Amino acid sequence: MPETANIPCQIVAHCRANSLEIAVSGDWVRDAELPAIEPVLAQIEAAKNIETLRFSTDALGRWDSMLVTELIKLIDCAARNGIPLDKTTLPAAIQGLLTLVYAVPERVDAHRSQRQTSWSESIAISTAKAIQHSKEIIIFVGDMAISCMATLRGHAHFRRVDLWLYVQECGPSALPIVTLISLLVGLILAFVGAVQLSMFGAQIYIANLVSLGMTREMGGLMTAIIMSGRTGAAYAAQLGTMHVNNEIDALKTMNLDPMAFLVLPRMLALIFIMPLLCLYADLMGIVGGGLVTVNFFDVSLAEYLDRTATAVKMKDFIVGFVKSSVFGILIALSGCMRGMQCGRSASAVGDAGTSAVVTAIVFIVVADSVMTIICNRLGI
Amino acid sequence: MAEPCITIDNLTMAYGDFVIQRDLNFTINRGDVFIVMGGNGCGKTTLLRHMIGLQSPARGDVYYGDEGLWRSDSATRQRILRRTGVMFQSGALLSSMTLAENVALPITEATRLPANKVREIVSYKLALVGLAGFEDYYPSELSGGMQKRAGLARAMALDPEILFFDEPSAGLDPITAKLLDDLILSLSQSLSVTVVVVTHDLDSIFAIGNNSVFLDAESRSMIAGGPPRQLLAESKDPKLVRFLTRGNPSDRNIETRQMRSRA
Repeated sequence: MPETANIPCQIVAHCRANSLEIAVSGDWVRDAELPAIEPVLAQIEAAKNIETLRFSTDALGRWDSMLVTELIKLIDCAARNGIPLDKTTLPAAIQGLLTLVYAVPERVDAHRSQRQTSWSESIAISTAKAIQHSKEIIIFVGDMAISCMATLRGHAHFRRVDLWLYVQECGPSALPIVTLISLLVGLILAFVGAVQLSMFGAQIYIANLVSLGMTREMGGLMTAIIMSGRTGAAYAAQLGTMHVNNEIDALKTMNLDPMAFLVLPRMLALIFIMPLLCLYADLMGIVGGGLVTVNFFDVSLAEYLDRTATAVKMKDFIVGFVKSSVFGILIALSGCMRGMQCGRSASAVGDAGTSAVVTAIVFIVVADSVMTIICNRLGI
Repeated sequence: MAEPCITIDNLTMAYGDFVIQRDLNFTINRGDVFIVMGGNGCGKTTLLRHMIGLQSPARGDVYYGDEGLWRSDSATRQRILRRTGVMFQSGALLSSMTLAENVALPITEATRLPANKVREIVSYKLALVGLAGFEDYYPSELSGGMQKRAGLARAMALDPEILFFDEPSAGLDPITAKLLDDLILSLSQSLSVTVVVVTHDLDSIFAIGNNSVFLDAESRSMIAGGPPRQLLAESKDPKLVRFLTRGNPSDRNIETRQMRSRA
């Protein structure tokens, strides 16, 4: 489109007998240099004995929102000073727009006050929020327990095919990443230990370090962290989106308990899969440690395997097994909880995913410390 | 003053090999309230997506004035589309932003106006659609009708010459839908914009449309065009008559229909 040069826009107010006439001229468009309207506003404020406010638009050229917003300011100012407006001299189009603008009065209670909160107030608010959060967790766990009981008694149910779908989703599909991570963790454990142990010529004990470290601690922990990022976040996003789309409400109206129908199969799938993945991660870690020990530290494969077999007892596997089952519950719990609590917008689904992973990792690490201390005290 | 604004030239729309509509030809004149109507799945919304640059045609083109939207380079296309505004079916407001931020977004992206001027324009646009004072609300805190109107305020943010509406009355109660129709009409008169409405709501079609095109899903082509009231009175095509009379072809008098829908 050819750009025509703008005619400079002007605004001048004249006092006529008992009316104030505001003359607007020129092109009031977006790229124009707008004149200051403060003098005109001051004239309206200062005007005495004025009965009407009138506009003269004979020399008005092109115009858009830039003009209308200025007119609104003038008209609002006049209204505050009790000067009635005579719209008739405005172009019909502007009259139409002004009618629409003033058709619905501004809702008095609509405006939000945005005041600063003091630091003591924000501490109080976050404390209240923390209490609210813990309440929500307890309520969710309670609901979960009730649904579990209802399902066991046969009052509620979920679809078997869903359970297998979730098992597939969180088990076999996770194998590649679990393989890679646990192989590398075993490798790292071996290197870290080897540096210290080889100072005493005790490289053979790398096998003990790696196998005990993996089975009792790292296998379960690493799997849990992978799964919270992979599956926990996915659960939160799935349930959150279902909530946004009213799917969860739809289930409730069909008399299906969303807890039993959606949350329970997900949780069961994770509880079932986590120990198996953990066992797999333990083996992969031991293989990774073996690669390092045999290749770099002058220990034969047979010695490594022999040491590993004597170092690791059944109870170590069981400790890892129990821990990873607990982690599975915690991941499913935080993922599903954040998903079910999700708000009704796109950003809320994102927040639910983030919050699910953060909650899961905090839960996992805290639970792991507690269980480790318990095992230590009981001498397991 | 029939000055062509948008010309659909031999447009064929397809998803892969599946043709939705073939060889569409019609013209939308400046200042029209143009209705794209048709049953479900006939490609109304797909046609809209072609017009607003979201989906490229299998064949043919959409002309704005004498510039073809799809044969132009992307810079020209952006310049053409900057003259348009779109109100999506459910408002399509960005949920992480307040209404004021939503409406201000196109303004701050396209212009270098000072912040207080942007704020004034935002308040003015929200007041135009009857949402004065709702600047600091998030879309999720509003009803469906309010979200649509806020979407309209955003579509009008840059004073577009052409406004597109996708199913403006879907999901609204009859009174709210009527108010939105009135709003579209008075905006098209005051702002002298060209309005393109995709809808199958008969009340809206007769209330606001002064020109239209009817797309048919079975034959995958347009089977009629013209002012909707005239089509209702004169059309011979059984499909179109069934559509316009809600499956009751004996009922072709617009006045009695309106009496009934008011009763």
